[in-house]
Amino acid sequence: MKSVLSVGIFLVVGKTLWAMLGDGTMGRHALNTLFRVFCGLALAAATGLVLGFLMARFRPVERFFLPLVSALMPIPSLAWAPVFILWFGLGNTATILVVFYAATFPMVINTWTGARAVNPLWLRAAGAMGANGGAMFWKVVVPGASPFIITGLRLAFQRAWIAVVGAEMLAASAFGLGWVIFDAKEFLNADIMLASLAVIGAIGFVFERLVFGSLERSTVLRWGMVRNVKA
Amino acid sequence: MIHVTEVSLEYDTPHGKVLAVDKASFSAAESEFVCLVGPSGCGKTTLLNMIAGFFPPSAGEIRVAGRPVSGQGLDRGIVFQDFAQLFPWRTALGNVAFGLEMKGVAKEERERVALAQLRLVKLEKFAGAHPHHLSGGMQQRVAIAALTREEMQRLLAEVWRTTRKTIVYVTHNVAEAVYLADRVVVMTPHPGRVKAVVGIRLPRPRDPLSVEFLEQQKSLIAHLTRQEEET
Repeated sequence: MKSVLSVGIFLVVGKTLWAMLGDGTMGRHALNTLFRVFCGLALAAATGLVLGFLMARFRPVERFFLPLVSALMPIPSLAWAPVFILWFGLGNTATILVVFYAATFPMVINTWTGARAVNPLWLRAAGAMGANGGAMFWKVVVPGASPFIITGLRLAFQRAWIAVVGAEMLAASAFGLGWVIFDAKEFLNADIMLASLAVIGAIGFVFERLVFGSLERSTVLRWGMVRNVKA
Repeated sequence: MIHVTEVSLEYDTPHGKVLAVDKASFSAAESEFVCLVGPSGCGKTTLLNMIAGFFPPSAGEIRVAGRPVSGQGLDRGIVFQDFAQLFPWRTALGNVAFGLEMKGVAKEERERVALAQLRLVKLEKFAGAHPHHLSGGMQQRVAIAALTREEMQRLLAEVWRTTRKTIVYVTHNVAEAVYLADRVVVMTPHPGRVKAVVGIRLPRPRDPLSVEFLEQQKSLIAHLTRQEEET
């Protein structure tokens, strides 16, 4: 009985998903969600990189921002959603800010750690060969910290992707994968909810495997800075 | 103890045979520091490569510690340790070119020079390889290729002072030869011949600004300029 039911659900969800993909509604929702994620993620990456490197380089910056990061990091980004809605109204701004909040911290922490983990011998060698501030930063510190930076981006994307769905439920109007789930709740359309969840999962999977996987393969793995386990 | 006796090297080019080295003879006693000096094309590097055993001479004989040289061997070569600090994100070529890049040398020029440096350590085929694809020894050779003249000079003087190895050092810098060598072998190009062997009997450490040092340098330069008039 149970198995018949679950097979039935799969069929219904599959059909709904197919229909929504076919008429372009799912695509439109997904694009909206992706747009918000990338705006938030881009802001978070920029903030995280700048702040992380500054914290690693200048003691006073670290002393000022580290406690702040520690205090703000544990607050769930979704808890900010009502505040952002109050300030900026329903829509993209509030959603993007929630995403930004969620994604910034892993980026800051990883960049900060990565910059401090750069092999001092590389810095010494580069200094001996005449590398000054700018060249030292772009040609040694950034590539030297790249395994951490890539991990930071990966975690930031994951957190951003999780946050965007929740934020859309609260703050978005009329579009987005999260909003689809929330909207479907009104009519008890479990098939639509599940179809949206499937798309959320699939996009997350594709980014994790394809985008970040190939970013890693083309950089730190190729350079031997991280290694795959043997067999 | 290194004996080079009547060594010649002839090789084929599309334009016929070229005599790179013509009946060169010299020797280096145990713990002696010998410099081969001469303009490019005089066969000094070729001679060194034959002593290293990278290829055999067309005629003549090279003996190291009484035994004829056949191929590379552990009785020759310098072991460098703990300074092979290569940047994993740069290719062998990029690593060698780093110092020049910092000095603001244009891309084409620095890659040309870096490739020539890599050729000296027999790694030009690995110019595009990242360090983790090279063996430890190859990485060390890349690091050696990346050294500047002055660093190489300091390193050599240090190695020789502490280990008292027999060293055959190739340079076209006369001051360098006077600074480092017990004896200087002056070579002339087209074809590569040994023009003179000059003993340097200055006490160590040598002062490159002393009168004796400059006198010695002048007499060596006289050998080199005379040969240019002849050609």
